[in-house]
Amino acid sequence: MQIARDILLRSYRSMRTIRDFEERLHVEFATGEIPGFVHLYCGEEASGVGVCAHLSDVDTIASTHRGHGHCIAKGVAVDGMMAEIYGRRTGVCRGKGGSMHIADLSLGMLGANGIVGGGPPLICGAALSHKLLKDNGVAVAFYGDGASNEGTTLESLNLAMVWKLPAVFVCEDNGYGEATASSYAVAGTQKARAAGFGMPYFECDGNDFFAVYEAAGEAIAHARAGNGPAMLHVHLSRWYGHFEGDAMSYRANGEVAELRNDHDCLKNFRKSVTEISLLDESSLDGIDASVRDEIEAAVVAAKAAPLPEPEDLLADVYVSY
Amino acid sequence: MSKKSFRQAINEALRQEMQRDPRVILMGEDVAGGQGGSSGVKDAWGGVLGVTKGLFTEFGPDRVFDTPITEASYIGAAAGAAATGLRPVAELMFVDFIGSCLDQVMNQAAKFRYMFGGKATTPLVIRAMYGAGFNAAAQHSQALYPLFTHIPGLKVVIPSNPYEAKGLLIEAIRDNDPVIFLENKVMYDDEDEVPDEAYTIPFGEANLTREGDDVTIVAFGRMVNFANEAADRLEKDGISCTVIDPRTTSPLDTGTILDCVAETGRLVVVDESSPRCNLACDVAALVAEEAFDALKAPIRRVMPPHTPVPFATVLEKLYMPDSARIEAAVRSVMGYKAKQDA
Repeated sequence: MQIARDILLRSYRSMRTIRDFEERLHVEFATGEIPGFVHLYCGEEASGVGVCAHLSDVDTIASTHRGHGHCIAKGVAVDGMMAEIYGRRTGVCRGKGGSMHIADLSLGMLGANGIVGGGPPLICGAALSHKLLKDNGVAVAFYGDGASNEGTTLESLNLAMVWKLPAVFVCEDNGYGEATASSYAVAGTQKARAAGFGMPYFECDGNDFFAVYEAAGEAIAHARAGNGPAMLHVHLSRWYGHFEGDAMSYRANGEVAELRNDHDCLKNFRKSVTEISLLDESSLDGIDASVRDEIEAAVVAAKAAPLPEPEDLLADVYVSY
Repeated sequence: MSKKSFRQAINEALRQEMQRDPRVILMGEDVAGGQGGSSGVKDAWGGVLGVTKGLFTEFGPDRVFDTPITEASYIGAAAGAAATGLRPVAELMFVDFIGSCLDQVMNQAAKFRYMFGGKATTPLVIRAMYGAGFNAAAQHSQALYPLFTHIPGLKVVIPSNPYEAKGLLIEAIRDNDPVIFLENKVMYDDEDEVPDEAYTIPFGEANLTREGDDVTIVAFGRMVNFANEAADRLEKDGISCTVIDPRTTSPLDTGTILDCVAETGRLVVVDESSPRCNLACDVAALVAEEAFDALKAPIRRVMPPHTPVPFATVLEKLYMPDSARIEAAVRSVMGYKAKQDA
């Protein structure tokens, strides 16, 4: 598989940004300064980035409660995201959405979503827009193994096939819906579910950027060519709990340590590209340093940013009322 | 101008807006006429309401979409399409089916604009029929507009006749917020003079269908017609009523209601939705809070009992507010005598 150098660099930077963003949030959340809930995407970076590497601003994605990674992968500004998570007026949603509702429709980011299974129906609609407005765009729904059981998801698979929509359903299977394992909660297989709707199915190892990139490329190309929807099943793991503060008592001791040691998509990426001299260590180190600075600056700026004003409470309920 | 039924008025509004704006699309169960049937007839049905008949033929398969019977996915798709450049009108058939897809309306479409910091626009219309009086029983007869009115971010429209239906639906389609447009199922064959050309009726501006000095009656949807009947009978006995059709429950024209109560000093509210936390409660609270000094009598609410809608005709008649009950309520507030201070 040939991947252009600029795509590799951009993808690495995007994955590193997600990792550092989330690791920093993990630290900052523990200080009590961040309000509300935060769900971290650490360990899953290659999925969002490997998929979004095939998308442009014309294309649409819908995300989940664990949405920071998808936002960054789709190009949402990191400083605006951080400010949003801190509940500041400079946030991408002016402090009125928070972690679970980061959106930037100008970039085709139709929102993280606080409702499990909330995104797939919306993506059917976005895909219908792409089809009818003839902009050659595709719409991608990210959803978890937990959401794969939601009626909304299953209905959407059906509707997308019936309407032959340019949609891709990316099931990010991290093995847990909250605290309950997918081995318990998911009957049958994602593959058989896709087959049940007559939908093309692709799967890949979500710890391997290149595997995701390749499989996502095929699924997205299928949809973009007007052949109808496809499902992409990404096997991956989350390194933190369902939310920050989750003690993860349902997971075996050592499970996460092993994932961090042996299944780190960033380590895997670095190893792959340096072994065959696609990229050198120093250019990757340069990205690491640059991202560190960017995250630091985003946190400093967010903490210093103005809070929403009282008049913001009543603004933007309606376009006109 | 010519006589048109409520059904024709809605069809004409849809057709004229689809002609005007190519981004307006329709979706819903059987709205394209029932695709894939063995008769091979295209546009056979126009939905169970017959409202969309002919539109598939005129606008074709890229504008009028039959859906599977999967309300969550297609109402959600309508919301997603609205947020990404189209102007969908989705038919939910019976409003009672909102139970299958409320999340997509309540947590998605209604919230986008506020939750995303004012950066989303969701020009979505969801049409559905509501109301008792058709022996449709408990799961097909509810008047759920209070449910939608309760949700910030939605606008809620309840037309009371064919003229209102056409103008309000065109306004709904041109509006940039999600609109719930509720059609009383008993009224589809009601006829009225309806202009042939497109026109709009603004939201949040109540219509006074009767003007009088003694009692203000606020009524919603089909109840406006019952209130008019009651007012006409009362007029003969020298009791003159103002009848207010708010047209939309969100936004609600509170100014007109308060102005009228200030003039008459008496208020009867007629609401066919279940009595707890309904629009009658809302209007009564508004007037009690803002126009207490104007009141010459307690506010009366004419509403169904707090039960599911029954099936049997005899029970359904007992359930529904009607013009006789409205008349009785008006006479009761007219006859009110305040107790003397002790």
